[in-house]
Amino acid sequence: MSDLPDTGPAPETAPPSRWKTAWDSDIAYSFRQSPVAVIAAIVTLILILSAVFAPWIATTNPFDPASLNLMNGFSPPGVPNQFTGETFLLGTDDQGRDVFSTILYGMRISLFVGFMAVLFAMVLGVGLGLLAGYVGGWTETIIMRVADIQLTLPSILVALLIFGIARGVIPIEYRDQVAIWVLILAIGLSDWVQFARVVRGATLVEKNKEYVQAARLIGRSSWAIMFKHILPNVLSPVLVIATISLALAIIAEATLSFLGVGAPPTQPSLGTLIRIGQDFLFSGEWWILFFPAVTLLALALSVNLLGDWLRDALNPRLR
Amino acid sequence: MNLVRVSRLSRVFDVSKPWLNRVIERLPKRLLTAVSDVSFDIPERTTYALVGESGSGKSTIGKMVVGLLRPSDGNVEIEGVDLATESDETTIERIRSDIQMIFQDPFASLNPRWRVGDIITEPVAARGGDTEGLAARLLEQVGLSAEDASKYPHQFSGGQRQRICVARALASEPKLIVCDEPTSALDVSVQAQVLNLMSDLKDEHGLTYLFISHDLTVVRHMADTIGVLYLGRLLEEAPPDALFTEPAHPYSAMLIDAAPRLDAFGREVVPPEGEIPDPIDPPTGCAFHPRCPIATDICKQERPPLEAFGAGRVACHHAGQVRLKGAA
Repeated sequence: MSDLPDTGPAPETAPPSRWKTAWDSDIAYSFRQSPVAVIAAIVTLILILSAVFAPWIATTNPFDPASLNLMNGFSPPGVPNQFTGETFLLGTDDQGRDVFSTILYGMRISLFVGFMAVLFAMVLGVGLGLLAGYVGGWTETIIMRVADIQLTLPSILVALLIFGIARGVIPIEYRDQVAIWVLILAIGLSDWVQFARVVRGATLVEKNKEYVQAARLIGRSSWAIMFKHILPNVLSPVLVIATISLALAIIAEATLSFLGVGAPPTQPSLGTLIRIGQDFLFSGEWWILFFPAVTLLALALSVNLLGDWLRDALNPRLR
Repeated sequence: MNLVRVSRLSRVFDVSKPWLNRVIERLPKRLLTAVSDVSFDIPERTTYALVGESGSGKSTIGKMVVGLLRPSDGNVEIEGVDLATESDETTIERIRSDIQMIFQDPFASLNPRWRVGDIITEPVAARGGDTEGLAARLLEQVGLSAEDASKYPHQFSGGQRQRICVARALASEPKLIVCDEPTSALDVSVQAQVLNLMSDLKDEHGLTYLFISHDLTVVRHMADTIGVLYLGRLLEEAPPDALFTEPAHPYSAMLIDAAPRLDAFGREVVPPEGEIPDPIDPPTGCAFHPRCPIATDICKQERPPLEAFGAGRVACHHAGQVRLKGAA
């Protein structure tokens, strides 16, 4: 080393900033090394941001009847309308609504339902999984058998069932208002099992570790041990499942809406738009179906790829 | 005065197959006796060591003493209070704050998502005590620095983590610390540091240790009294000097012969003969008789009681009739 030239002043000894620590972490490195993850993250980010800022990006508000002109109906993408001469980037649907704007607003509904459903499933599943794993005995048997039974039913069927019950219970004048929340409940309830199973398994491992015994020794309550000690240690697989579930929830929402039991036409999601669009597919107005479908595909695919990458990055056995 | 009084302690584990399998396959219940009729006292400010092979019930006794496991039979009294039967909450809280434990695996005994400062002060914070400056003070006492309080456990080595465990054990100012093989996961050089730290703290804080180990050399260095366990039974109890020079029980002699010694370098180590028997189906009479060089018929029929012998107590029909093979 002594024959090397002097490289200048001594390196700084100040503690690295938070940003620097995050940039240097294993997970950030693995992210930078994976082009798929970077592209998926960029696409997801663009889609989420454009959904959040839809009112500023969209050219018209498709839900404001005053801004619609029926004469603009069925304008092909990028071609001036034969009556009004207006040009729409992605065309218009039968009522003259700009497809680009409806996609942005539809994505808002899709993402909102997806996020809320996953949040609901996560809270329910993580809570029940922790309880089953830590308490054991009959509590565990009951929770896990219910989970097993639910796994034997297709989740779309469970969601349809919940949706059907809710329709029967809720008076007709409130249906459109609560439809979104029923959708969230239906998708969330059909999705909690995965969280519960993974968290239960991880809890069984953690609860026998000595730090849990040390906490029991000083007389901490079961609640404190479950939520303060065990929960932080079982969260990394939960994060992975939540990401992949988000993609699945968005698809489930689109499926339900496509079947006509999801988001109402007054608040169309991507699935509702696809359902509306398929009426016109065979009469040549392909763009009404095509662009919402491509957006849904891009959204679900990029979130899913992000989840896949996260699973590999957080799995120590693959390192 | 005796801080800990263990009397006729037993613990049986049910290791049967699940209920349904048992009914279908017509299997009997399988019960494992991990601890059988063990009694000993630990006077205040002394170190009592339990030694034995793996499976001898050392850790089970430790867990019953601190109240993590309930005894199947017999009881443990700490300052005259039996935690398993006591119903008064304030008494339970008072006794609990007098007991702490140091675990074997320093990598599993610290919550990886907690900061060291929070880990150390938890025994006090959980009871609503004042934790101002506590972590820094304790860290310095165990030879770490006050700044380490804001770090996470993975930033420390095994020896440093065990020091953190010691600091946590000291936080609630306990009287009794149960150490379950505290050094067996550490390098030999680090072992000595941790053991010396524990000795110093014992004098400083007036602590009482129940020291569980399989390492005779470690135990000899630390203990005031040594209890030798075999298959959940206490076979001999004696001060270290008496035990190491004149073991009264043939099993103790076998263990001491098997231990490597620095002062007799080049001496052939005598490996112990046989294996520890199946605790589900223990031998009749004295549990050690199948491996014992001096066993007679009575050993197969009658379980010898633990009786006073020489400087300690021993459970053997032929106590004191064995010689160390490697004795110089």
